[in-house]
Amino acid sequence: MTTTVKLTVNGGEVEVPQGSTVLQACEAAGVEIPRFCYHERLSIAGLCRMCLVEMERAPKPIASCAMPAGDGMVIRTDTAAVKAAREGVMEIQLINHPLDCPICDQGGECDLQDQSLGYGRGYSRFTDEKRAVAEQYMGPLIQTFMNRCIHCTRCVRFAAEIAGVEDLGVIGRGENARITTLGRPLDSELSGCLVDVCPVGALTSAPYSFAARPWELSHTESIDVTDGVASNIRIDSRAREVLRVLPRVHEDINEEWIHDKARHSIDGLRLQRLDRPYLRGANGRLEEVSWNDALRTLAEKLTAAAPSRVGAIAGDLADCESLYALRALLRGRGVTNLDCRQEGGARLPLVAQVFNAGIAGIEDADAVLLVGTNPRDEGALVNARLRKRFLRGDFRIASLGAEADLTYAVEHLGDSPQTLESLADGSHSFAEVLRGAERAMVMVGASVLARTDGAALMHLLCRLCETTGVAGKGQDWNGFCVLQKSASRVGGLMLDFLPGDGGMNSVEMLAASERGEMDLIWLLGADEIPMEKLGETFVVYQGHHGEAGAARADLVLPSAAWPEKDGIYVNTEGRVQLARRAIFPPGEAREDWKIARALSDKTGETLPFNSLRELRARMFADVPALSELDSPLREKWRPFGEAGTAGDLPLGHSVSDFYRTDVISRLSRTMRECSEARRRARAGVETATEAAAA
Amino acid sequence: MSESASTWSPVVEKDFAFTDEMRARADAAVKRYPPERKQSAVLWLLWLAQEQNGGWLSTAAIHHVAGFLGMAPIRVHEVARFYTMFRLKSKGAYCVQVCRTTSCWIRGADKITRACLDAAGTTELGEVSADGAVSVEEVECLGACCDAPMLQINDKEYRERLTPERAAEIVRELRQHAKDGK
Repeated sequence: MTTTVKLTVNGGEVEVPQGSTVLQACEAAGVEIPRFCYHERLSIAGLCRMCLVEMERAPKPIASCAMPAGDGMVIRTDTAAVKAAREGVMEIQLINHPLDCPICDQGGECDLQDQSLGYGRGYSRFTDEKRAVAEQYMGPLIQTFMNRCIHCTRCVRFAAEIAGVEDLGVIGRGENARITTLGRPLDSELSGCLVDVCPVGALTSAPYSFAARPWELSHTESIDVTDGVASNIRIDSRAREVLRVLPRVHEDINEEWIHDKARHSIDGLRLQRLDRPYLRGANGRLEEVSWNDALRTLAEKLTAAAPSRVGAIAGDLADCESLYALRALLRGRGVTNLDCRQEGGARLPLVAQVFNAGIAGIEDADAVLLVGTNPRDEGALVNARLRKRFLRGDFRIASLGAEADLTYAVEHLGDSPQTLESLADGSHSFAEVLRGAERAMVMVGASVLARTDGAALMHLLCRLCETTGVAGKGQDWNGFCVLQKSASRVGGLMLDFLPGDGGMNSVEMLAASERGEMDLIWLLGADEIPMEKLGETFVVYQGHHGEAGAARADLVLPSAAWPEKDGIYVNTEGRVQLARRAIFPPGEAREDWKIARALSDKTGETLPFNSLRELRARMFADVPALSELDSPLREKWRPFGEAGTAGDLPLGHSVSDFYRTDVISRLSRTMRECSEARRRARAGVETATEAAAA
Repeated sequence: MSESASTWSPVVEKDFAFTDEMRARADAAVKRYPPERKQSAVLWLLWLAQEQNGGWLSTAAIHHVAGFLGMAPIRVHEVARFYTMFRLKSKGAYCVQVCRTTSCWIRGADKITRACLDAAGTTELGEVSADGAVSVEEVECLGACCDAPMLQINDKEYRERLTPERAAEIVRELRQHAKDGK
């Protein structure tokens, strides 16, 4: 089906798929074409004219970005005419551009600067006054300098096409044209990407304002851990500070976008850090102690306590190495009360807890049922992928759960769990849609798994999948997808950081603590549990930020936050990825696995690894799937859940505030501003809609 | 056309909704296009809204058109603020539009505009005269090049082959008309 066309670029022949543009053909031929408005993932605008090339038999240069490549075309990009055209366009682009590069944050990584140097004339004949344009408010993350805008409209197209918020536009014409939001900040969790798509310094990152020049920064390729999607990122740091986070391309996960929490929660890394061990003294206050004393105290407590009265709960940011080391330590002592799910939940096979079809698989689906999830808040990039598929058309999306604006049209089926029964027995009309679809998908939110009737709902969902052909035995397509919201979850499940035989899950552990039946609870970065239920239990908090967990703890063990350690994380697809260290942890904080290893010396059951490499070798031997980097899990289908009755509690979603989900983002000032801006904007939007409807 | 970004605010001034007659005309305009492309009728609807709103488009009117066609308000703002035939500020009872495109310009459109402004007692384009009778604007070609220079009154009537004196006289007549309550 894919036919190709052959054309000549600068004398060399090149073959590209039908439907490519001349610009893409030139790139395939290895010829660089300068451009401002053209962006691979946005619609073609043909505005800036920077990509002009010469085509045989065409009277004038053509805009290569907007010209479909045709068989037998003869393109030249190295002629005097093309050079003159580029120089002319460059001069016009710079007519109203302020040339304030020395005070511009884009300096050093600016398309306009680079292309001016490469293709411009080096001087301008323009002597009149330059225009002045008022700044726009685009939310707390974007600092505008609209004088610098060259009207490529990449931001407008990004907002309308990818982010799905039609709030940006171009108004006026000619010299008076300008980009505007009409005073309404962009209500999108992808708004930070506007700074990436802007080819000049008109839209710059507000939190990173005047912080550094690009050539001062060290780059570390890592992954985002603020949700279960694990977008690929690049951490830019200088000395001991993470200054910014940028997306890295991963076609199967985040394409080239990341959400604002991944990009801008980093200021939380500097605040309220735990940088030395603390022990609660006789006066009830936390007092500084040495690592030696802290570990000795803990070893005494641990050896004194009966294993059945000891438990550990892991939080949402834990990497696989920490989980493995802590599990090895505690299971070695016979402790079975382990849980990596702070909210507890039923025991389910792995196939029932991962995004089986893969995030890129959304593009192959033709119908989706969302159950108890708001993908916009729980996995913003998954939502962007759903919108991308939606824009292609012939796509039915229904949602069972709390109603929300997801940036595309959704059929809302209410929020009653009983609806699942009618869907499972096929009497519901949307069951028909799923059955009729070639590749249907059921996307389940983390909130469903955590419910007390979770096992019953999962059983219904399992039946629904089997009866409608969403998934089942002997099928290639497995459209049953769980959107996990935390980065540590699938890794924890694979490592079996779960209750062992007779062990309690986190909810049961908390209940037991409340009854005074626990001697020691170890919180591995767990801050999202109801601390008051811990009762009189001796609580160890191992983590990096002083928040709920550390405030309750009797012993605080300071550890490294995610950009401060090498760690393996498994995303909601079951894709194993590496997060790499960009900076060092503050003070006496140590990497998590080292803490467990050091403690094991004190308890006398030394763990059999002395380096990260040795730990990983053991971990890979125990769980071989973890050694397969960047390949999503392909679990075999098997029935799951337990027959039972669905409760009456309405289906909701698991994230109430997108910007503040983990200890780092909750402490981040930027995220707090974003959260407030969203609340204000949404209140304002409602009045505007009402006014328009009136 | 020339309003600055800082003075313009998207405050929704007064409620706006098509009257029954206008709604019928709007529906007829929408029917000219395939249902999935009904936003093609945006120029027609803005034109109707401007007519109903007394010759200019309020933000409420623009939002009403957006709602009517299922478009994002910003998309309609883009259209309304691109074409000179849409006015975004209230105008005088008579709106005088002086053509400034090539033919008229060569034949002295600048002087015609100056004369009109002076006769109206205003200094800025788009400014309404003190008696509320006249506002003077410049527009692009109105297609009467053979009789340049020319102007248009209230989107309908042409006055052609002008001299600055004749233009000033027209504006004075319009002010008199307004005073007489026509």
